[in-house]
Amino acid sequence: MTVTPKPPGSRLDPEPVPRRDVLGLASIWSAAAALLFSLFGMLRLPKAAVLSSPSKKFRVTLPDTLPAGEALLPPGRSVAVFRDAGGVYAISTICTHLGCVVKPIPEGFECPCHGSRFAPDGSVTKGPAPVALPWRKVSGGGATWIVDEGATVPAGAKVAS
Amino acid sequence: MKTAAPPPPAMREFWENLRAAPRRIVETAFRSGKPTTDRTRSTFVFGNVFLHLHSVRTHRWSLRWTTTMGLGIASLSAFLITLVTGVLLMFYYKPYPDAAYVSMKDIHFVVPTGRFIRNIHRWAANVMVVTVILHMARAFFTASYRKPREFNWLIGMGLLVTTLALSFTGYLLPWDQLAYWAITIGANIAQSPREVTDSLGITEWFDPGGLQRLILLGSDVVGAEALIRFYLWHVMILPLALAALIAVHFWRVRKDGGLARPADADQRLGPPPGETYPIFTEAPAKTYHLAAIVRGRTPLVGRGPENTVPSMPHLFYAELGVLMLTVCLCLVLALVSDAPLKELANPAVPENPAKAPWYFLGLQELVSFSAFMGGLGIPLVVLLGLGLIPYLDREEAGSGEWFGGPGGWPLVRASIALGLGASVVVEAVAIRFGWIREWFPKAPQLIVTLVNPGTVLALIYALYSVWLVRRYNSARAGALGLFTCFLCGFLVLTVIGTYFRGPNWVFYWSPADWPGH
Repeated sequence: MTVTPKPPGSRLDPEPVPRRDVLGLASIWSAAAALLFSLFGMLRLPKAAVLSSPSKKFRVTLPDTLPAGEALLPPGRSVAVFRDAGGVYAISTICTHLGCVVKPIPEGFECPCHGSRFAPDGSVTKGPAPVALPWRKVSGGGATWIVDEGATVPAGAKVAS
Repeated sequence: MKTAAPPPPAMREFWENLRAAPRRIVETAFRSGKPTTDRTRSTFVFGNVFLHLHSVRTHRWSLRWTTTMGLGIASLSAFLITLVTGVLLMFYYKPYPDAAYVSMKDIHFVVPTGRFIRNIHRWAANVMVVTVILHMARAFFTASYRKPREFNWLIGMGLLVTTLALSFTGYLLPWDQLAYWAITIGANIAQSPREVTDSLGITEWFDPGGLQRLILLGSDVVGAEALIRFYLWHVMILPLALAALIAVHFWRVRKDGGLARPADADQRLGPPPGETYPIFTEAPAKTYHLAAIVRGRTPLVGRGPENTVPSMPHLFYAELGVLMLTVCLCLVLALVSDAPLKELANPAVPENPAKAPWYFLGLQELVSFSAFMGGLGIPLVVLLGLGLIPYLDREEAGSGEWFGGPGGWPLVRASIALGLGASVVVEAVAIRFGWIREWFPKAPQLIVTLVNPGTVLALIYALYSVWLVRRYNSARAGALGLFTCFLCGFLVLTVIGTYFRGPNWVFYWSPADWPGH
């Protein structure tokens, strides 16, 4: 068996990693890992633990003259409140497509931004909206009701008045 | 008679030094003196930290008007104009809801030159978007992304995205109706991965869309948090990122041996003009010792730099000319057209139609079929495709030439016809006959998301491109077809979104047909 001598390498060839470089590499990688973890820590900051948005719960008074199936639009809120034989219910007026405010029309709801249409129960009938308008939680009785814009209930869940 | 004692030498030297100080300050600042000889012209460039992003000498091919049309420098000029005018606007702007709108009104009606400065800022931003897109098209059509410039193409894409992000973040700042609803739509596009996660029923556990929107707005509504975030991005993070990317972009142009040019550029240019002083009076017989540490070919090995001219003055005067033209263009546009300012943002009443800035209206047209595909899916696929171009096209034919490569201009011409035709036909079908939701109201959402005019159009273009690759046996031919088609599709969608969409995003031949309010 002949031992072939190692060919002399070019200066341009990458040098092999000597053992003592292991410590150096370890320190470089630990520095990289530390920076990466600090980056994750910094990324945590932009996501607030408490959102600065106003309270989602509000009180609404339904006038006796409100016709069945006619929308009541509390000012400054993004729900439409209805009362019919089945009871009281609230449907979100934020379009599920891109967040425009839908307008109640006799056939349901209509979005001005990209022409989505919704049935009176909030389900999509036309346009790009991917899902139905969510129903919001209502509670109370008599003339005064509490609507919670932050709580979704299954479609069709009416509260008897 | 007693003569005054001569002042001690130290005092005399002090006075002389003081007198000479202004001249010496200038001399030490500009060490090379006036650029009157080739030598001082060289030191003028490499002795200056800003100018040394250029090489000392520039190839005559690079200085031809048709090589670049000055589009890169025009983009930089527009950026500088927005920088200056933007800083001026920051003197008065207050990033808080309602206060922001009032300060915009102040800038518009009270602040001296405020309206003019704001108009220039807005027009320079528009000019920048246009020139950046055209510059990218120029780099593509002249095949200037090829080795060794592949990575600079990616940096250029980073510049494109940053430019669009700057425009988008600036759009919210006036806090008027236009701003509020454009950003509402934009933020909900960020949330649109929910369209997919909802139809898979996994949103409860995995909701990247909701997270994106939350991080973007800092809240679940477009409010004070969103405004300060957009302001921060617009005046701090993105401009710094853009400036850093620009520096890298320019530096790499220089390191890659200047602009791409055809292999036979020297023959085509002919002999240099008579007054050019030759660099090498005889053929280069130099041995390049330093070249031992440089891998690959250096730009000038084996031939003299005889077809180059000093960057000072030839290149710099051309660049100054482009800068002045850009400034003139922005000034004229700012004089003839005011930046819009609508009524105060009202979260209860959406604009109808609510339109994004014009360069996003092509996307908005796609979004009107599927929020996720139009707003994120297709743009991401296009960006991925653009980024892969220099790594898939490793050919050499036609580098540095307009429409260079197999197929050439006839192929591009055919692609323009197909690109325009296909987008018009697909749009016409969708406008005239509706789409899946109208045909099959019960169709599952995933189908609606995956099969919509945007994806169909992208598929047509992709198939055409694959066919071109096979027909010409060249990746460049496929890239030429695909890029041309996407430019055409972008154009058609933008025109439809801008001019032919009215209230409820319904198609109208003219805004005169829009129903009154």
